[in-house]
Amino acid sequence: MSAIEIVPIDRYLLLSTILFTIGVLGVLYRRNAIIIFMCIELMLNAVNLLLVAFSSYLSDSKGQVFVFFIMAVAAAEVAVGLAILMMVYRNSKSTDIDELNKLKW
Amino acid sequence: MAASITTNLFYLLSFLVIMFACMVVITKNPVHSVLYLVLTFFTIAGHYVLLNAQFLAAVHVIVYAGAIMVLFLFIIMMLNLNDDTEKHKSIWLKATATIASGALLVVLVGAVKGSAELKTTKIFDSKIGLIEELGKTLFTDFLLPFELSSILLLSAMVGAVMLGKKDSN
Repeated sequence: MSAIEIVPIDRYLLLSTILFTIGVLGVLYRRNAIIIFMCIELMLNAVNLLLVAFSSYLSDSKGQVFVFFIMAVAAAEVAVGLAILMMVYRNSKSTDIDELNKLKW
Repeated sequence: MAASITTNLFYLLSFLVIMFACMVVITKNPVHSVLYLVLTFFTIAGHYVLLNAQFLAAVHVIVYAGAIMVLFLFIIMMLNLNDDTEKHKSIWLKATATIASGALLVVLVGAVKGSAELKTTKIFDSKIGLIEELGKTLFTDFLLPFELSSILLLSAMVGAVMLGKKDSN
């Protein structure tokens, strides 16, 4: 028996909201740029979970196809982002975002 | 009986997802953070199985836990960040971050609770999570985005190689 027949969709909405907020908290809380990337992945996953939940509850497979596109975008984002991070580390020997303040006013 | 098992499974998985996600933020060691994120992804895949999206659960484990997290671990290994080198923010900044995200949570939950009751279909089609139905949708309604995402991945690959290359001048 699957969850869609028993668990109300509000629970999934709540779960995704909490997961998204934890991602936001991580972005604000940490200084290491890699951890910040990981928290962005967490936020993307919260949205993915919500899309899958709506797709299942509405019996429409379009939501799940959207999740594939989000996965493709996430993979591209991580590849380019980590390459940028490598460049930053090569130049400043650190991944601390507070040291990247050359553009700060 | 089956109903209560599924409900309990849902609550267990939700608890694990939130706990592991919090551990990602709290743990000081970046390697531990990555490993907790892998566990988060596995529990989210469990949620997908509960939601009758079996193919997506498999793809999720392969892409996220398999590919993206290995990339993260690889970068952490290359940059040699495996010890606790991160200087932490001041307690005031941490408190501000916690309060800000807590306020965001309150706003979002309020918006969810205040919205109209969500209509769901009465008869659930358990086949939509299977590869046949997904492939039909992907290659008919979403053919153009599918092709565009291939260009996106190609350009991301080229960009990553360009950025990762050492300067040769």
